[in-house]
Amino acid sequence: MAEKKTFEMEYSKVDTERMRLNVGPQHPSTHGVLRLEVELDGEIVTEVVPHMGYLHRCFEKHCEAMTYPQCIPYIDRLDYISSMNNEWPYVMGVEKLMGIEVPERVEYIRVIMAELNRIANHQIAVATFGLDAGAFTPFLYYFRDREEILAILEKASGGRLLYNYFWVGGLAADVHPTFKQECLDVIKHIRATNAEVTNLLIYNKIFIDRTANVGILPADVAINFGCSGPVLRGSGFPLDLRRAEPYSIYDRFDFNVVVGKGEVGTLGDCWDRNIVRMGEMEESCKIIEQAIAQMPDTGDVQEKLPKKIRIPKSEILSRAESPKGDLGFYIVGNGTDKPERLRCRATSFINLSVLPEISKGYMIADLILILGSIDIVLGEVDR
Amino acid sequence: MQTEKIFDTLTKKFGNDVTPILEAAPSEPFILVKADKIYDVCLFLRDNSELDFDYMMCLTGVHQKPDLGVVYHLYSIKHKHKIVLKTFVSIDAPNVPTVERIWRSADWHEREAWDMYGINFEGHHNLIRILCPYDWEGFPLRKDYVTPEEYHGMRVPY
Repeated sequence: MAEKKTFEMEYSKVDTERMRLNVGPQHPSTHGVLRLEVELDGEIVTEVVPHMGYLHRCFEKHCEAMTYPQCIPYIDRLDYISSMNNEWPYVMGVEKLMGIEVPERVEYIRVIMAELNRIANHQIAVATFGLDAGAFTPFLYYFRDREEILAILEKASGGRLLYNYFWVGGLAADVHPTFKQECLDVIKHIRATNAEVTNLLIYNKIFIDRTANVGILPADVAINFGCSGPVLRGSGFPLDLRRAEPYSIYDRFDFNVVVGKGEVGTLGDCWDRNIVRMGEMEESCKIIEQAIAQMPDTGDVQEKLPKKIRIPKSEILSRAESPKGDLGFYIVGNGTDKPERLRCRATSFINLSVLPEISKGYMIADLILILGSIDIVLGEVDR
Repeated sequence: MQTEKIFDTLTKKFGNDVTPILEAAPSEPFILVKADKIYDVCLFLRDNSELDFDYMMCLTGVHQKPDLGVVYHLYSIKHKHKIVLKTFVSIDAPNVPTVERIWRSADWHEREAWDMYGINFEGHHNLIRILCPYDWEGFPLRKDYVTPEEYHGMRVPY
């Protein structure tokens, strides 16, 4: 009888060593030009060092040479998939410093536009998160629906992504006469697709196995890191500026603050952050319906536009709830028509800083999911 | 808690190291802190149960000629009150103690302030550039910054 040979490798003799791996900057799963320097022990992530700045253009320096209205297009380009929400805190801050009260109709149009843009942002967030987990179909559904929202925003402002629509004291243009009906139509489609995606993706066994209990972020860590938006609410902490410090006319609407509950895994995992975004789309639909019902039909959206915008020596930190979280602009005036200092408290930048903390000890494939669940836009991270 | 009450608590505890400055609306009142006391004041603000500032909204570097400054916007989630701290240091020795051990969000904020203004946060574990390239020279947001003509042999068009 022939001698029995073993072909099995002797694992005790395999050398293991820590490996440094670069993910990005040109990698589709980093959602832009972000470089992650990852230290790996086999497949396990032991350290993550984000390197950013590939899109840095120092918009804060640019703005110091621009007049206040000229800054708005620069601010559009921060978080370029929810530009309406970016403009709002800036415009609101300048209005507060100048003591302008904007007309009722303008406030309603701003709420509707911002909520439509919030839905468009969350659609991208959920769609690309599904894509990271390997689900391609919801991505196509959501991009089809998002185009309808962008059509409404384009009809009002002229731009598909970069609007320059919120002006200090008013709006760039009035909405189209068929605006209300178009919004109601698009909400129907959004709800239908959301119901479909909930069945197809969210409660899919494979998706749950992939995202539950991954990237767990406890609420106290999230607060200490300054996280906000769905990242903080996914950890079960109900902090929403629209409810905590109602700005504009948000105190008139009835909506819930969606929080993660740890339904399928541990509280604060990737699945929870994702379900918060799904829930917020529905809440935004509710706000839009109420706003359309209450909105006055007539009124000049440009009647309060100031002739000259000069801000006296004063300063403010103006904040609003953008889809990514709490977006703030620290505006310092010096008596001229240009800001002395304009600082952006960029939500994605601060939410990204928690990534090294929550991705240690998971697989390299999970790191991509955790990054996707934080929902960053590199235009805002790098500014 | 009212802003005035917070200021009272701070002046009782820290005496001459803090100076409350009440500005007219819409500007927010702020409290001026001596640079070397920032860490102690921040730790007191976070750990005192009546103040409980657990959330750092924003940390901003500023250049108010001739001095550099740091502005801290703090928020208490539990009590829903805010406070603004400011500190100024001379441009020749811009040293401010780090607060990254109090709020970890300060880590990247302080790196950005170093990157843009060259404010040296003493005790920071990794104070390197964050947005500019690692070999960039100068501090872009200072008012006396001169834009370089070229970078690594590439001409800067504007």
